[in-house]
Amino acid sequence: MSSQTGTPTFVDRYPEEASVVRQAFLVSFVALGLGALFGIIQALHRTNVLRLIDSADYYTVLTAHGVLLVIVFTIFFLVGLYQWAITRSLDRPAENITFTRAWLGLMSLGSVLTGGTILLGFVDEIGISADVLFTFYAPLQAHPLFYTGLAVFLIGTWLAGVDWFRSYLAWRGDNPGERIPLQTFMVLTTMVMWYIATIGVAISVLFFLLPWSLGLIDTVNPLLTRTLFWFFGHPVVYFWLLPAYLLWYTVLPKIAGGRLFSDPLARVVFVLFVLLSTPVGIHHQYLDPGIAEGFKFIAMTNTMFLLLPSLLTAFTVVASMEHGARQRGGTGLFGWLKALPWRDPAFTGMALAGLMFAAGGFSGMINAGMNINYLVHNTLWVPGHFHLTVGTAVALTMMAGTYWLWPQLTNRPLYSRPIALAQVVIWFGGMGLMSNAMHVSGLFGIPRRTAEPQYEGFDFATSFGSVSELNLQLAIGGSLLFVSTVLFLGNLALSMGTPTRDGLGQTLPPALSGPTDSPAVLDNLRLWTVIALVLVVLAYALPLGSIVAESGLFGSGGNPYPVVIEPLVGWIDPGAVIEIFHDLLEVLP
Amino acid sequence: MHIHDYEKLWLGLSLVMIVGFIATVTYGAVGAGVEMIDDSGDTVDPNSLADHPEFGDPGVEQVGPNEYDVHVIARQFVFQPDPIVVPANSTVTFYVTSADVTHGFEVVGTNANAMVIPGEVAELTVEVNEPNEYGIICHEYCGSGHHDMEGLLRVVPEDEYDGGDR
Ligand code: HEM
Ligand SMILES: [Cu+2]
Ligand SMILES: [Cu+2]
Repeated sequence: MSSQTGTPTFVDRYPEEASVVRQAFLVSFVALGLGALFGIIQALHRTNVLRLIDSADYYTVLTAHGVLLVIVFTIFFLVGLYQWAITRSLDRPAENITFTRAWLGLMSLGSVLTGGTILLGFVDEIGISADVLFTFYAPLQAHPLFYTGLAVFLIGTWLAGVDWFRSYLAWRGDNPGERIPLQTFMVLTTMVMWYIATIGVAISVLFFLLPWSLGLIDTVNPLLTRTLFWFFGHPVVYFWLLPAYLLWYTVLPKIAGGRLFSDPLARVVFVLFVLLSTPVGIHHQYLDPGIAEGFKFIAMTNTMFLLLPSLLTAFTVVASMEHGARQRGGTGLFGWLKALPWRDPAFTGMALAGLMFAAGGFSGMINAGMNINYLVHNTLWVPGHFHLTVGTAVALTMMAGTYWLWPQLTNRPLYSRPIALAQVVIWFGGMGLMSNAMHVSGLFGIPRRTAEPQYEGFDFATSFGSVSELNLQLAIGGSLLFVSTVLFLGNLALSMGTPTRDGLGQTLPPALSGPTDSPAVLDNLRLWTVIALVLVVLAYALPLGSIVAESGLFGSGGNPYPVVIEPLVGWIDPGAVIEIFHDLLEVLP
Repeated sequence: MHIHDYEKLWLGLSLVMIVGFIATVTYGAVGAGVEMIDDSGDTVDPNSLADHPEFGDPGVEQVGPNEYDVHVIARQFVFQPDPIVVPANSTVTFYVTSADVTHGFEVVGTNANAMVIPGEVAELTVEVNEPNEYGIICHEYCGSGHHDMEGLLRVVPEDEYDGGDR
């Protein structure tokens, strides 16, 4: 099945790694499909267009939508992409492919435990549920299996990082003094950020929520666990975003017909994310009692500076596209836009994703403003914002990247490029409608996370249009998004059956301005890690300390809701379960 | 390392914009005195609110010539008291806490908006002018009846105000 002509593909060169990447993508896409199904149910339900479920079940759907999309879909795609990137850019196989399979197995096991526990919420008779939404704020309580799954999943991602650092160190041994290849640099910096970020959620889950759900401790401190969640909850958004950035920096210039503008600036951007992503989480708590205004102010300032790497990225992306267009013969101030390969779904998908990211950045700046935030906090504006960022900038880039990468992982061409092109355009249109309706509804005060934003005692006052027009727009947009997802998944499924062929290999050109003329300190990961940790301590030591001092490590009382169901019955042998997962993954293509 | 001139310009402009944002927010907080929810409220035991001097009997209380304190308990899936009645042209400070899980407290269409976290007391002060009726909603998911959790804030003419629960 190896191709003899042209550039060998990734699967020709690294068949085992390619199979890991495919498996990670498949889990990711299953989650995407389920998530989209729940998405359309929500969109139709809360706008009162079509109610297929009971309103009390809405929150099971919403928990599943959130967890499946922003934990499973995004992060499985990330690990697949990063495995590809590290193998490709270091040009060496995984150090131990069994280890690689093991962390993927752990992540899958964790996802099945957590996802399964959420879905059991639909069957009241079983008495197991996890209707806590993806933010799982205590004292809302989930079944212990929900937290256990999260912990297993997290450990899987940590081991993935270990695997990649091992590859890097082995490469370093063979290549002393060489600059870290750009994609590897991106993978490693992302993981440094992830290790720092997950400290918060790991402490919250392992020391508080899991023991509490098992009945080992009576109470938890709601403000403390909430703050620990957001310690993790903001940097996680960059964990979603950085794989998209990796594609924008290293693949998009190539498919636009050119080369990346500047390798050193790409490194600067990733270093800024390592430094600034975590000490900002309190900006999600501008409205929380029990946190002093000064701490909120520090988080706000850091947040504003965190705009910088994204602004730099915007420049690079546009500049690299322009360079590509001019290489393809484009001319004029804006005339070069016409020379871009708009018929290529991978290109168009990423370009449209980038465009929506600009809009999302704008609404994000509003969120970040401490005082304007009071107007939009917990309104539909907020999902309007993040469907542009994670829901499009990230998700659409991942789908577009799949169109480019999948053939190189399988030696099979895409089933249909026109369908793929239509798919990315429909996503763009659907999201334009849905997110616009969400933003505007939010400004009228319509809340997010509710099955029925219809109230008895009052109506929402709108200054233009009407709530029912906005609802219609949201429902149409959500339906288009669902159609787009089905087209994506269908096209990919059919691509598994196209005949294999030669010549699908692709190379990535080096940047116009390479790494060699940039200061070597950029590659000093240890230094950046230490500075990042110091910043985290500066931003969090005092707020966390004062929360504990004010209301105690385990809070001032309060009861779990819903009251905990009987603790774990029976004993599961984790080894055996991992074994089963291995076998399951083995049979996938 | 080589940085393109346009890129330097872009970098400079970006920094100017960022500093501008920070300055605006700072001005809002310090200059214009936009108040934030902070740690000025006390902590309470959510299990014994009934014994609390204020939350034991939540409601409106006059504390100055045109000043009123309102103690509000959010619990699955109601606000107490409901409705909240205050006279027009007064300064109202809400103290909101939860008897169970985390809730939200938003006076719809205004920026009076707070998280209601068990154990903590959110304190927010608003000026009310004209007589009007405002919806109050819980905007934080708090359980299967979350979408039914609403309340009412009635601002009545000063001469019709008689103590706060009508
Ligand atoms: C088929 C496409 C999609 C549709 C129709 C859809 C629809 C919706 C709707 C209507 C809500 C608001 C529910 C509420 O607050 O009551 C929502 C929430 C959300 N969506 Fe989507 N969405 C889609 C795709 C995505 C994608 C691709 C992502 C991320 C990768 C995403 C992430 C989220 C998250 C994190 C929430 C918030 C959950 C929560 O509040 O706990 N969605 N979605
Ligand atoms: Cu509530
Ligand atoms: Cu609620």
